[in-house]
Amino acid sequence: MTDTTTSTAVLRGIGIGGGSATGPVARMAPPSAVPPPRTVAPADVPAEVAAALGALAWVAADLEGRAAAAGGDAAAVLSAQAMMATDPTLADQVGALVVGGRDAAHALDQAFRFFRASLQAAGGYFAERVADLDDLRDRAVARARGLPMPGLPDPGRPYVLVADDLAPADTALLDPAKVLALVTERGGPTSHTAILAKILGLPAVVGCAGAAALTDGTPVLVDPTDGTVVTDPDPDTVAAAAARDERRRSLSAQVSGPGRTADGHPVKLLVNLGALPELPAAAAADSEGVGLFRTEFLYLDRDEAPTVEEQTAAYREVFAAFAGRRVVVRTLDAGADKPLPFATAADEQNPALGVRGLRTARRDPQLLETQLTAIAAAAQDAEAEVWVMAPMVSVPGEAAAFAERAKAHGLRTAGAMVEVPAAALRARYVAQQCDFLSIGTNDLAQYAFAADRTLGSLAQFLDPWQPALLELVRTAAEAGAGQGRPVGVCGEAAADPLLALVLVGLGVTSLSAAPGCLGDVRASLASHSLDDCRRLAGLALAAPDAAAAREAVRTSTA
Amino acid sequence: MPQRTVVIGSPSGLHARPASLFVQAAARQPVRVTVARDGGAPVDARSLLSVLALGAKHGDPLVLSADGDGAEAAIEELAALVAADLDAARDVQEQR
Repeated sequence: MTDTTTSTAVLRGIGIGGGSATGPVARMAPPSAVPPPRTVAPADVPAEVAAALGALAWVAADLEGRAAAAGGDAAAVLSAQAMMATDPTLADQVGALVVGGRDAAHALDQAFRFFRASLQAAGGYFAERVADLDDLRDRAVARARGLPMPGLPDPGRPYVLVADDLAPADTALLDPAKVLALVTERGGPTSHTAILAKILGLPAVVGCAGAAALTDGTPVLVDPTDGTVVTDPDPDTVAAAAARDERRRSLSAQVSGPGRTADGHPVKLLVNLGALPELPAAAAADSEGVGLFRTEFLYLDRDEAPTVEEQTAAYREVFAAFAGRRVVVRTLDAGADKPLPFATAADEQNPALGVRGLRTARRDPQLLETQLTAIAAAAQDAEAEVWVMAPMVSVPGEAAAFAERAKAHGLRTAGAMVEVPAAALRARYVAQQCDFLSIGTNDLAQYAFAADRTLGSLAQFLDPWQPALLELVRTAAEAGAGQGRPVGVCGEAAADPLLALVLVGLGVTSLSAAPGCLGDVRASLASHSLDDCRRLAGLALAAPDAAAAREAVRTSTA
Repeated sequence: MPQRTVVIGSPSGLHARPASLFVQAAARQPVRVTVARDGGAPVDARSLLSVLALGAKHGDPLVLSADGDGAEAAIEELAALVAADLDAARDVQEQR
């Protein structure tokens, strides 16, 4: 670099979304520091109490107003936050602190700190509410002091929003026309920020520890592909990232049709489908069918299982939209994060390790029978190639029993999902009992690393680039090849154009992802040969950790 | 004083929606109901922050107490909410 007045630095975090963005940093307006304590004369105590409680009431009303304006899921989150602001115990504590001699701002600050410490100590989901609480405190203190609310910056030009973490109250009002990218110091792949970034299609890097040092106006390059934020990037770096984005866009525009590597090795590219409203977009996508049709939507929000007729009608609709293509139907995966009153036990200590997926069929065989009957009825006169697969298979016997049931209903192709490490390690024997394997990388990572999928703080273990996860994928893919069975991947891993190369190199024969991700994956495959993929797979497997695996593959394909 | 121990039925624990529903129901009662972890200090069941701060997870036992007219009925209603699976039992109306 020739310019000595700026020095570039690379900050690392967890990348969300694809495509890079470059622009000036604008930080969330920092909450004004609480001023030095002020003595409240005994005669003024009632007025001070009223000011403190009035600030809380105003904040609650303000949040309710935002909730009404936002609607949907955002409204529920904002209402819950408003409920915290009207908390009677909080009000009692604030009142007692003022009577004890604190001014309004300090009383509010101290009362919120008390609850903050308890939530932090409770950990998990509870600790994730700390950002909501801090936001409430900042708002209430600002109101009590007659200052403007802390919130989104408005530098008058598009910016990269940098924050410690984003509260729902901020994100509900975020204007995607003004914000180029999001960078947060805290938060994991399931944080509000990550979810929002996916919804708005903004690139984001979350859990970026170095973000605290970013100051307003500093130009940054946000690159979620490798989870980096580059400060004061030199023009070449920006140009390279932009060129890479452009190349990817134009490549995915050029390449169409069945997936294949540069040397013609076929890799089926399929879409994931989770509910009927997604059907038109899924069917319109350039794909060879559905690699993962999740059927839980038929069962959610009800007290008893849907009837054969109801299910048949829904399956028929999907099969008709995919006439001439393949549809892999996954039978009901109830339990864990998708509990159902009629299928899951309420008394399990560890639902993710409990009776879920295919295991529910052992307790309630009729549930699976009804579903297979409906799938078979819909498949009968359909022009789609209908496959069925069972979730949460652990041992070959389960795959055999499932395949036997499916075939009894006239469903010719039955497979097993590989989500449990035991099934991956013994994939050869599982594959002998059924027609294909499909690897669910999200659950496979959760079980291989003993890391709860829903915990943002364990995100590093759930990174699909983890070499241990890739090792399990290789074991399953090689076992499938040995038995002449196709082995697909459905899950986040299949949506990453770089990781897709590694998966193909490991022996995976099909990739199933969200319809919007297929173009990039197709383009990536089209520009690499099968030998390239095998070499990249070797690099990833030889890496000591996920970051090194990603870096090795990225450098080698750049 | 009427008191009852009940085990949490919601998979996500007394958090998010289950906690909100519980606190709203407590606020509707004619008497003040307290809730405590086994052996812990009781807190006001109408206080969302205090209830969240219990960090009560699926399967944890909670002790509900109340005093005065209607205490039994109030405890009854809140105990049923704690025991229910409030994550799964979301009705369509509340979904959208």
